Parts: sequence; C-alpha cells; structure tokens
Amino acid sequence: MLSSKASSNCHGQDSLYFLGWQVYEKNPFHEVENPTGIIQMGLAENQLSFDLVESWLRKNPDVMGLKNKDGESVFRDLALFQDYHGMPAFKNELVEYMAKIRGNKVKFDPNNLVLAAGATSANETLIFCLADPGDAILLPTPSYAGFDRDLKWRTGVEIVPIHCSSSNGFRISMFALEEAYERAQKLNLKVKGVLITNPSNPLGTTMTKDELQSLITFAIDKDIHLISDEVFSGTVFDSPCFISIMEAAMDSNLKRNTDVLSRIHIVYSLSKDLGLPGFRVGMIYSNNQTVVSAATKMSSFGLVSSQTQYLLSYMLANKKFTSNYMKRNQKRLKKRKEMLVSGLKKSGINCLKSNAGLFCWVDMRHLLCSNTFEAETDLWKKILCEVGLNISPGSSFHCSQPGWFRVCFANMNQSTLQVALRRIKDFVERSSFNYQQNMGSLSRKLISNWVRKLSSADREEQER
Amino acid sequence: MTRTSSRSNLFSRSIGQVRISSRAISIAKPNESPYYIGLDKASEDPYDRLSNPDGVIQLGLSENRLCFDLIEKWMSENLGHSITGRDNGELNINGIATYQPFDGTMELKLAMAGFMSHIMGGAVTFEPSQMVLTAGATPAIETLCFCLADQGNAFLVPTPYYPGFDRDVKFRTGVELIPVHCRSTDNFALSVTALDQAFNQTRKHGTKIRGILLSNPANPVGNLLSREMLYAILDFAREKNIHVISDEIFAGSMYGNEEFVSMAEVLDSEGFDKNRVHIVYGLSKDLSLPGFRVGVIYSFNENVLAAARKLTRFSSVSAPTQRLLVSMLSDARFIEEYIKTNKRRLQNMHALFVAGLKGLNIRCADSSAGLYCWADMSKLISSYSEKGELELWDKLLNVGKINVTPGSACHCIEPGWFRCCFTTLAEEDIPVVLERIRKAVENTTDLLNSS
Repeated sequence: MLSSKASSNCHGQDSLYFLGWQVYEKNPFHEVENPTGIIQMGLAENQLSFDLVESWLRKNPDVMGLKNKDGESVFRDLALFQDYHGMPAFKNELVEYMAKIRGNKVKFDPNNLVLAAGATSANETLIFCLADPGDAILLPTPSYAGFDRDLKWRTGVEIVPIHCSSSNGFRISMFALEEAYERAQKLNLKVKGVLITNPSNPLGTTMTKDELQSLITFAIDKDIHLISDEVFSGTVFDSPCFISIMEAAMDSNLKRNTDVLSRIHIVYSLSKDLGLPGFRVGMIYSNNQTVVSAATKMSSFGLVSSQTQYLLSYMLANKKFTSNYMKRNQKRLKKRKEMLVSGLKKSGINCLKSNAGLFCWVDMRHLLCSNTFEAETDLWKKILCEVGLNISPGSSFHCSQPGWFRVCFANMNQSTLQVALRRIKDFVERSSFNYQQNMGSLSRKLISNWVRKLSSADREEQER
Repeated sequence: MTRTSSRSNLFSRSIGQVRISSRAISIAKPNESPYYIGLDKASEDPYDRLSNPDGVIQLGLSENRLCFDLIEKWMSENLGHSITGRDNGELNINGIATYQPFDGTMELKLAMAGFMSHIMGGAVTFEPSQMVLTAGATPAIETLCFCLADQGNAFLVPTPYYPGFDRDVKFRTGVELIPVHCRSTDNFALSVTALDQAFNQTRKHGTKIRGILLSNPANPVGNLLSREMLYAILDFAREKNIHVISDEIFAGSMYGNEEFVSMAEVLDSEGFDKNRVHIVYGLSKDLSLPGFRVGVIYSFNENVLAAARKLTRFSSVSAPTQRLLVSMLSDARFIEEYIKTNKRRLQNMHALFVAGLKGLNIRCADSSAGLYCWADMSKLISSYSEKGELELWDKLLNVGKINVTPGSACHCIEPGWFRCCFTTLAEEDIPVVLERIRKAVENTTDLLNSS
C-alpha cells in the first residue's frame, strides 16, 4: 500500500545511529540529575555561543514582537508573505554575512540566492535541479551520513564515493577522483556532479586553493557540476583561513572558461555557525540562472517562515553583533577543540589536525583488536555502553578505513567535556593491551534489544 | 564545443553548455498558467484605495485579511513581555535554537490537535501522535504523494481543482493527476460514477491509480462533501484498494449553514479501514498565516506516518514560529473569539459580494465555505470555449484591472467559470470591483439585460 520509496530502507543504512541515539535517550547525561548517564558526542550542534544570540533577542523585544523600528506592527505583511523569492531585506543581509565569513574576498548577489528550509532541503533541491533519476553524484568519503537520504532518497540519484585515506590526511587526490569517475562509468551511471563539504564534516579541515582549483578543472573537463556545501564555513577558528569555491573560481585562468561560474553552486545554512538549526534556514547560491529559477520554484516545498526571515534580517543587519559574534564564537570553538584534542592526547589518542567544524576526527585505530569494521563496531559499542559516550564510528561516514571516530565538542559545556575526557582516560588505562571483549550482561541485553528493534526502528536522528 | 543552432535546444543551452536536469528545465520555464500570470501582474501593480487606485485588484489569491486586527491585538498583548521575562512562558527563547523533532514539537501538535478539533465543531478528536507538521500544506501534499505513489502512478482528482495541486503533486514526484470532471448541472458535486469511469479509463491505459485527492471544503467551488458522499468515496476506495487524501484546509472558513463533516469524523463512526485515509490541513486559510508555513499531515496509517516523519527533515516548521503558535493556539478565549468573528465577517463579505455579482447578472455556484466564490461568466464570453474564457480573463485583468482565476486554470470542463476571492477586500472595495467588471464587459449585451 505504500510507495516503494516509503517502504525502502535506503534511509536506514545508518542503523548504528538509531541504536546510539536510543541508548543515549534512555540514559542521557545530566551533570546533577544523572552524572553517570551517556554523554552525547554524536551531535554536531553549536551550543557554545547561543548566549550571544539570546542576549540580542532579549535586547530587541520589538523585533520578536514583529514590530518595526518605529514600533509599528508589521505582522500583516509577514503573515501574508509567502513569496518564494524570499524577503529581499533578509537575502541582502545573508549575502553580506556570507561575504563577511569569506573575508569579503567574494561578493554575492542576493538575486542568486534561493532560500530553503535548512541545508538539508537546499542540498536535495540542488540535486533535483542538477541530476535526473539514475544519474550519479561523486562524494568524497568520509562524509556526512545524512547525504544518503538528502541526496538520494526522493531524487532517485546515486552516490558514488571518492575514497580518501589517512595516508594523505583524507585529502581528495586527483587519482581518487578519476578512479571514482571511472567506477561510475563502469556501473553505467552518468555522473552529473561532485559534492564536497568544505570545511569537511567529519574531518574539520578546510581545502586549499589548489585543491579547489583542481576540482574545478576536473568539473570543467568532465562537463559536470560542482556543489560546495559550506555550512561549516563560519566555524573556521584557526589558520589556514577559509577559501570558498567561489573565490577559487575567480582565478583568472579559470575565468577564461565562461562556463565555470554556471557549474559551481554553494549550499549554506545558519544551523552550524550561528547555532540556529531549529530555525530551519538554508540556502543555495548559484550563478546559473536556470538553476536559480528552478530552485526558486521548488523552494515552495520548504519556504522559510516569514517571522524567522524578519527576525534574522534584523539580527544580521546589526554589524556590530555579527562581528562580535563571529570573533567570540571562533575563539570559543578553538578553545573547546583544543581542550578535546589535548585531553585525548593525554590518553594516547590523536586527532586529525583540524581548523574548523564542531568536531574532531579521532584516530582510535590502535584501540581496535583487529583492523576490521567489526572491531570498530565493537569498540563503538564498548565506548557507548561501558564508557558512556555516544561518539560516531567512521563506518557511518562510509570511511574506507576502520578505526576513526567523529567526536563532537560544541554541544556541551566545559565540565561535561571534562567528564567525557576523564572517562576516556580511565577506559584506555583499563583496556591497555587487553583486547578481550568484556561486555557486561547489561550491554549484552541492550544489544539483543537493539537487534529486535532494528527492524522497526523509526527513530529519527538529527545530527550532521 | 560549438553551440548548436537548433531552436529546441536554445533554452537548455542558454547558459553555456552545462546541462541541468530535465526536471529543472521544465520547472524553470516561465509560468504559462493564467493563475500565475495573474498573480504576478497583481503583485507588480497592487491596488491601494489611496496610494494606487488604478492598480490591479487581487481576487486571485485565496488569502483571508478579514481578521488581522484580532491577531494583531493578540500579538501586542502577548508577545511584548513574554520574551524578556519569565522563563516559564511559552514564548521564552530557551531551547528555541536547537534541533527540534523534524515533524514538530509535541506542544505544537497538541495545540494543533485542539485547534483542528475546535474549528471542526468538536465532532472529531485528533491525536497528536498521528500528526506530522510540515512547512505549509504544500509540502504536506507532496510528502504524501511520495509516500503513497511511485513515479508513473496517478491520483484521481475531482475538477475543478486548486491549480497548485499540479505543482504539489507533479513537480518532483513523477505522479500524475487524472481529472474526474464535475459539472454545473449538479453544482459540481462529485459522483462515484464519474470516479469509477475515470478509474477504469486510466487503468485501460496502463496507469496505476494509487488514490483520490479531494479538497473538502472544495477549492475553487466552495461546496462540501456530504456525509453520504464521504461514505461512498470510502467504499469506492476500499473496493479499488486505493488511498484517500482529504485536503481540509478550508474547514474553518465556513460561511454557510451546512455542516462541515471531516473525513476523520466519518471514519470514527463507521467501520472503515482507516489505513487508507490521510488528512491535510494548515494555518494559511483559517488563521490567515500563510507566511508562517504551518501544515499538517494527519494519518491513521503507522507506516505512512513513519515515512512522512522522516521526510519532514526537508520541510520543518521553524522553531520561533512553533513557539508563537503554541501560545496563540492554546489561548482558548482568543481562538473562540477569532472563530466566531471570522465566520461572521466571512458571511458578511460573501453575501455582499455574491449579491453584487448577481446585480451584474453573474450567478455563483452554491457554496458554504472558502474564501472565494465560483462565478459563472459564461454569458459574457465571446465564444463558449477555453479561448473565449481566456479572452475574458485577459480583458478583466488588463482592461478591468482585476485578477480573477479562470476555470481552465482549475481544469474545469465547462468554460466561463471564474474563481473570485473576496476576503482580500474591504467592504468599500466591492463597488469598485463591480464597476470594473461592468466596464470591462461593457459591450457584452447580456449585462444590459439584467433581469
């Protein structure tokens, strides 16, 4: 009775997430009320700077009350505003903010900006615009697990992974790119584009200008599109500074090819750096007018609430606020990341060197009893149940090598992070060279419950 | 690569040689439907009694502006102090920014369930756990289509129907809409015979019908499905093993004396298979908040709910809006007053407008709900055809400067019918509208022979 899409399991590949979340939800950590509970480190949310947003909201009750600067109610206009072109004032502020994040090295035209209900919606809409059912998109791994749904589910488009490895810090090599393209050809899949996440989720690294330009050259060469998901662009807290795909495309050599700009598209949202995922504000930026036109009409399926557009246009218009926010947020992220990295180091665990993001890509290969994904899953379960930390195993990011984990640090306060670090230290000291699995009966019971629940799990996870 | 000079390729090739999807190419084309052309024209040159008296009067958008004063009053009394002060108030901003459940917070579902029940006269109780909230009714319809049908399948839809369904159902899902024609002889009522005919015809052509898409109250006609008709539809659906989507977005915009019966109410009373029924609702019409993007999928089918919940990641309601609405919808006193006043003002406008049209010898179909009337202007068109209808539409828009929706945009099988929304008007605007209609069709003899 259901459509094949609704009954398919193509969204269920991340079943480990369901299990992790379920266990976490049953026993969530709370400093006072549940200090032995599980600490959520699988949610890439930025809660470090919400106090700054909150303080602005409190100082501007009129805006929350849907009144303008003269104290007049703008409610009527907002209530009726459902123009899929978006609120001009809001888009003007967004492009300025986006430019600011990029050091003002690029300028954006608000007419090329299409709003969407979150980057989730933006990514899906872009794929609808660029590829037909049965076509393929190349995606470097490790990558955000949600892409399996966002890019494939309703669009009918395939993902062909570009395998990156720790041997070169998981950077995208031309070799890996070509290999992925050929693999797609062998599968009789028409490649329509490459989608990169820059800064990377889960790596937390930014791409160099050379890397970006190589990708652009590749896209021109194969006559395909290049989507740059830059949702973490505002979370760059360390050098090297962020270089947007748009900046790389401005290079004079590439500009000679007039097609360049029409094949490059950026996805952005306010969920990561501004820490407002609940507001559902995402966007597509493209110089390709047909894409803009089609995406604009498709945005009817995910318009941003006019109330939210109004609120945020005021907030972003306050340049002092945005400058202050960006500076302090980056500082807090850097400090928190360093705390995680140094804490893990004390336990003999290294992280991939990163300069952005809300997480670290952690190397736990030396803690595996064998170089296999089964061993990775066992370690993950142990860390979840015995240590009480919900971290994300590399397999859920389609990493080709076992032993890597994504650990988020921006969704908790300092003392909670310290508790987490202490737990890891204890765990490592306990395990030392004993690789025997010593799961308690409680963990065993939980696992058999999971297996039963796997077939009927419809628990939604909300992380990136 | 050399550019081809073939004209058929011009559009797709107009932006370098970078190919985009065929879906995007067809969607990106300029809107050809008079529904959209008229909307654009009216928004480019909007009528204002004082500042732009020669502008286009918008009668093509079913928006309700009659009760904004009530909501504004509520806002000024409730929004001001809640944010800054008490943390326990519903409008506080704690936790507003973080990820919320994609299908809506339980608080809002509870509030919506209560509101929906209220506007439907208390005859149904809605379970919050069977609700999935979406960013407007538009994604609610699309999401349901993705859940209930595969590419190439079809839904039966009674005509005339809301032009937006063509977009909601067909744009991205690959699902078709098969019209089931209703006629003026029985006031555009739906008949099972017509449903059956359309079903069999479609099946002969090899297309699988997965369900029926209804709007009740109907848009653009404004009539209701009787209890008996609801039973008949459910019987039909059971016999053919198909779904029923009931878009009840105008349930709270009643002005007639007839009683609105929700599909949910009928299901409660008889032993019908609830798994095939799905209701769509939203706050764009009854509460005049289309900009806030709040829609509902209400289903009894656990599998559909499970799938729909996952799909809401693409179209969730924004958190600040959820907060605001929980507060507003929970204010029982305000909602009570709003519903009563809205109905009264709606009745008033409807009566005035329809009487005004009658004075021009333009009769309207019998209707009990909606923000519009379905007007028969067939006597005013030069030729009894779609061409004649569009000529009149064009005259009304460009000469008369009023935007109404021609029946052909709604797939009406009889030419000459027009949907006129009257809830964007103030009483003083009605004579202006009537005068403009009169002027635009001045040379048509029938007007002068008003009986």
